[in-house]
Amino acid sequence: MSNVPANLKYTDQHEWLKLDGDIATVGITDYAQGALGDLVFVELPAKGRQVKTGESFVVVESVKAASEVYAPISGEVVEVNEALTKSPELINSAPYDGGWICKIRATDKGELAKLLDAGAYQKLAA
Amino acid sequence: MTKKTPLYQEHVSASAKMAPFAGYDMPINYAAGVIKEHEWTRENAGLFDVSHMGQAIVSGVGAAAFLSYITPSSFLKTPNNRAKYTVLTNEKGGIIDDLIITRVEENKFFVVFNAGRKDVDIAWIKKNLPVGVTFDELSGNALIALQGPKAEVALAKEFPSADLGNLSYMTIKESSWEGNHVFISRLGYTGEDGFEISIPQDKAPAFWSALLKNPDVMPIGLAARDSLRLEMGYPLYGHDLNEDITPVEAALGWVMTKGHADFIGAAKINPEPKQKRIGVKLLENGIAREGAEIYIGEKKVGTLTSGGYSPSLKMAIGQGYITSEFAREGQPIEIEVRGRRIAGMVQGLSFLVARTKQSLKKAS
Repeated sequence: MSNVPANLKYTDQHEWLKLDGDIATVGITDYAQGALGDLVFVELPAKGRQVKTGESFVVVESVKAASEVYAPISGEVVEVNEALTKSPELINSAPYDGGWICKIRATDKGELAKLLDAGAYQKLAA
Repeated sequence: MTKKTPLYQEHVSASAKMAPFAGYDMPINYAAGVIKEHEWTRENAGLFDVSHMGQAIVSGVGAAAFLSYITPSSFLKTPNNRAKYTVLTNEKGGIIDDLIITRVEENKFFVVFNAGRKDVDIAWIKKNLPVGVTFDELSGNALIALQGPKAEVALAKEFPSADLGNLSYMTIKESSWEGNHVFISRLGYTGEDGFEISIPQDKAPAFWSALLKNPDVMPIGLAARDSLRLEMGYPLYGHDLNEDITPVEAALGWVMTKGHADFIGAAKINPEPKQKRIGVKLLENGIAREGAEIYIGEKKVGTLTSGGYSPSLKMAIGQGYITSEFAREGQPIEIEVRGRRIAGMVQGLSFLVARTKQSLKKAS
C-alpha cells in the first residue's frame, strides 16, 4: 500500500499538491515513485515558466526510462527544488517532503477546486 | 498472451515488478530496486532467471563444421568444454543473433541464444541444417545465472564435489543437482565472475530457493541485468545489433576466427565499414537513451542504440554507432536529448574492467 497523506490534493496523473493560498507545492505521489523505480535524474522547469494544465513540464528519469510529469494546474513556476539536481533519489525516499519538485502560482483558482482529495486518489492508486 | 518461465511463481511471491519482455512475463526488479540490485551483483552474488533464453543441442558428425558455417567463428579446433561467444550471420553479413556455443563433446554443442530471436534462429538453423546434424531445443530446461564476486562460494554449496574453483572462464562442466543433470557454464552478461546453470525446469524452483537461502545471494531483475551489461559494453540484440549490422561494424570482429572465411555472408563483411559501435559517456547532467542522435557541430554523425544510468559510475553512459572516422577514444561529441545538446565523449565500449574468472587469475 502506498502512502496518501490526507492533507494534500491530487491529480489522476499521480501528482500531489500542497496548497497555500494561490501557491501550490507540487510533487509526484508515493505510488508514482514506486512505479517508476529508482530515479536518477530530474529535468526541472525553468523558474518563471508559465505552464498550462496537462502540459509536460518536468521529466523524471529512472535507470530504465524517462517519464514526463504534466502540469497539474496552470500558472507560473515560482520556485524549483534545486536539491533534486544532485539528489533525484529524494523523490523515492521522501516523495511528499524533500522530494517536492516545484511551486506553481495558480492563475485559475477554479482549477484548484477540481483536484482530488486523498480519499478519491486512494481509490485510483489502490 | 505472455509466456511464463518455470520461476514465475517465485518472482510473484517475491513481489517482483513484472513486465513483458521478449514474449515472457519477466521480473524487471524486486523490492530492493534496480540500483541496489546492480550494486549487489558487483559486490556479492546476484541471481537471475534467464529461462526465457533459447537453449539447444546441436549434434552429429558434421556439427563443428556446420556451426563454423553459420557463424564467423571456427569450431573445428575448439577443445571440449570450451564456450565461445559468436554471432549468426545472414547472406549480407548482418547479425541474426548473438549467442554462446559450447563444445560439450567432439560432436555435441550446447547453444544459448536470445529469447526474442528464438523463432528466427531456429528457423534459420533448421533451414541450413545439413544431413547428419541434428538440432534439439532444450525447451524443458530453465536457465539460471549467478553472478558476482561471491558467486563461486555460493554455487559451490550446491555442488560440493564439482571443483568449481578450477572451472575457468568460458568453460562448461556437466554435473548433477539432487540427481538431475545440469550444465554449469562459467560466464555471464555482467562482467563479474559467475555462472549460468541449465537445469530441468521442474527442479528450477527448488534450486532457485536453495541458492536464495544464502544471505550473499539476492534475486536480480532484468533492469539491473541491462545496466550491468551496459557498463561492460556488451551489446543487446534488437538494440545494439540487428540484421543490417555486420560483426565488424558492431566491434565484434574478434569473434571472427582468423583465416576462416567459409561462413554465410563472409564476402559481404566490409573490413573497413562506414560506422562502428562505440561507448559514449555524458559530461553534463542528463541521460541519453536509445535513439538519441550524436552530433559534432551541426553534423549528425551517429545514433545511440542503448543508453542509461550507470549505478557503478554514477553517470550517464551509452553505446551507439558513429561514423568510423570519429570512432576514437576522447572524440568530443554532443548528444541531443529533447532538443537540448548534452556534451559527451566517445570512449571504448567497456566502462569497467571485467572481473571474470580469467581476469581474476591475471590480477593475482
